[in-house]
Amino acid sequence: MTNELIAITVLWGFIFIYAVMATMDFGAGFWSMIYMNREKTAATNIANRYLSPTWEVTNVFIVAIVVALVSFFPGATFLLGTVLLIPGSIILLLLAIRSAFLVFAHIAKEYEKVLTYISGISGMIIPALLISVLPITHGEFIETVDGVAKLRMDKLFTSPHEYAFIGFAISSTLFLSSLLLADYSNEANELEAYQTYRRDALILGPISLLMALFIMLTMQDEAPWLYERIMDYLPWLIGSVAMFFVAGAALFLPSAKHQSIRGKPRLAVVAIVIQYFLASYAYGKAHLPYMIYPDVTIQSGFTHPNTFRALFMSYIIGFVILFPGFIYFWRLFMKDKRYLQKNDPS
Amino acid sequence: MDDLVIARSLFGTTMAFHIIFASLGVGIPLMILCAELLYQKTKNRDYAVMAKRWTKGIAVLLGVAIPSGTIAGVQLSLLWPGFMEVIGKVMALPFQIEIYAFFVEALFMSIYVYAADRISPAMRILSVTLVALGASASAILITNVHAFEGTPDGFRIENGQVVDVDPWAAFFNPSFFVTAGHVTVSAFMTGAFVLASISAYKMLREKNKRVLEFYRKALMLSLVVGGIFSILTALNGHEAAQLLHEYQPEKLAAAEGLFETQSHAPLAIGGFTDPDTQSVKWAIEIPWLLSFLAGNSFDTVVQGLNDFPKEWWPPLFIHTLFNAMVGIGSFLILLSLIGLVWSKVMKRPAFPRPLMWAIIASGPLSMLAIEFGWIFACTGRQPWVIYRMMKTEDAVTQSENLALLFILFAAIYIVLSIAVVLVLKYYFRRHPVINELDSQETGHSNHFTQ
Repeated sequence: MTNELIAITVLWGFIFIYAVMATMDFGAGFWSMIYMNREKTAATNIANRYLSPTWEVTNVFIVAIVVALVSFFPGATFLLGTVLLIPGSIILLLLAIRSAFLVFAHIAKEYEKVLTYISGISGMIIPALLISVLPITHGEFIETVDGVAKLRMDKLFTSPHEYAFIGFAISSTLFLSSLLLADYSNEANELEAYQTYRRDALILGPISLLMALFIMLTMQDEAPWLYERIMDYLPWLIGSVAMFFVAGAALFLPSAKHQSIRGKPRLAVVAIVIQYFLASYAYGKAHLPYMIYPDVTIQSGFTHPNTFRALFMSYIIGFVILFPGFIYFWRLFMKDKRYLQKNDPS
Repeated sequence: MDDLVIARSLFGTTMAFHIIFASLGVGIPLMILCAELLYQKTKNRDYAVMAKRWTKGIAVLLGVAIPSGTIAGVQLSLLWPGFMEVIGKVMALPFQIEIYAFFVEALFMSIYVYAADRISPAMRILSVTLVALGASASAILITNVHAFEGTPDGFRIENGQVVDVDPWAAFFNPSFFVTAGHVTVSAFMTGAFVLASISAYKMLREKNKRVLEFYRKALMLSLVVGGIFSILTALNGHEAAQLLHEYQPEKLAAAEGLFETQSHAPLAIGGFTDPDTQSVKWAIEIPWLLSFLAGNSFDTVVQGLNDFPKEWWPPLFIHTLFNAMVGIGSFLILLSLIGLVWSKVMKRPAFPRPLMWAIIASGPLSMLAIEFGWIFACTGRQPWVIYRMMKTEDAVTQSENLALLFILFAAIYIVLSIAVVLVLKYYFRRHPVINELDSQETGHSNHFTQ
């Protein structure tokens, strides 16, 4: 594997981890808003119990992505930084509102409702904008005039391809988070919340799959270079769809834990993560060597080799240091029954 | 206004906003750690209550510190793509390592806040220690990028290409330790004085003896920590000035309003630098002192501004910023010394009112000193973004529409500032300390779970 490939793999790995964690994060914020007025179910509590300790950690990943991009591919940073000024700034503004009001909502109980609405809604717009970076890297929305690159916002926001991505981002966010929260409720023995989130996942799963097909459909016209290459990875895409059906079936299997409910949510979650992984591998592999078509490749944007070596070492050391911390964190908040079954997460 | 000025204003506003929360995010965890340690040592419940309340405060502040830090980090690439292209090639290590520090801080902050009732006291202390370490390490590493901008090392630019890259030489650039140390100890100092301010303010309004006793403990702890770190900040600041003398002489010259190169140079305190008469108007001049401060001897030759082409001159108003920063720092040292002598040596039970008001002012003043220091350090480096390597105007984005973004970001910062103050006031009014002191005494201690 060349240095460039190692670097893009690490970067894409961060993007994948963040995508999963962020859908959980933004989705949980959304669901806690939706089910806030239902006094009886624990659905909101479950969402908050997950969200409270994790949002900071999730937020670190978005910074990790930016840093990995800048440090591994400074050449790509120049062009991306230039064209993403407006959308990137809007994402930052929304992210600031979202995180701050999420924290405020837990502290100022009297204003919890309005604060939760603000953070819940802004949290839904962020994934839609974040995913727009992908169609922008397909190249057709970047125009260079007198050596200065510009993002054609008018073209971007009149393109069906962009809307396919936005639809996919929002439906996936809601789908993945409802599925994960179903698993979390199951783990916490909150059966009513489990039923609610299982139902939501069953509705949203097919929608997100349709949106993925819509992306492929619009890609044929708008990014034919990518469409042709992605078709070389058809087996991966078929595998991805197959995992989707495995997850669907898992939600109808008899439950091992409780007699009164159906579904093996942990199995479904694993299958869905594999589904998204396979699809993102096919997409990412087809995208290579281009980072931004057709101007920047992973070779042309690559950092200085000496810097790469130093960074690579720091990644290994960092991973070794952090890994036990992550395990400890996981055990305290995802496994510990005392936490999972607490009534008030603040 | 041209785009460069707007870009600088936008990024400067972001930093000015973020540095408030970042400094408290570094300073307050240290205070929480001190309170936790004192609680383990004295078994006095007041310190546990203190740690708990400060933790609630920092949890709210982090709600702004983290997104504003994210904004600052990403805005670097959005506004200064030319700069980040060089940084990515040469100075990527501190950003990368900062991510690990950031992870340590985020993981253990959540553990400390949300799992406090399920982990042992030793684990709790370890968690808050890691939070403080993670926060300080982030500050040190990010400041290292700023240090590198002033004293770049580990690369050359040849025909517009970055060559001869040595990422570790860049990392350990000449001003790394001093600059990063300055930011860290001044953040510790600020966190302590902000808490001292709050405690003093509460004491003036409080009648209940039990509560007064609580705030008195908080005040004394804050004054001790604040005093130690204000002295360290001053010692380190002196080294920072000597570093300027060696590496960025025109910045020192502008800071001191010195035009002619000379030995036995005088130190000008106060006043305003006037480029027409080439003097500092209405300043108090102490003969020979600047030479001594710059090089430890009176015959040290200090370079004046006239040695440099005029387009390299930093803005001359930095003399005022520099004076204000040093002035506040000296005031804070004096204040903590008086406070400690008053209570420890003279054994007086209460501070006189004027001293209390001076302590109340210390928190906002130390925050101002940090703001002045950053503006001094960054505008004083102009016109360079990387000293003698890259001009700020060559690093700025070529995109337009910056004015609208400036307005949007400024509006968000105002909204968040107001909201964070309201939320803090709301929470602490709803949860007065007297309730917690009562519940502690009747034995219903429930760490962090209300």
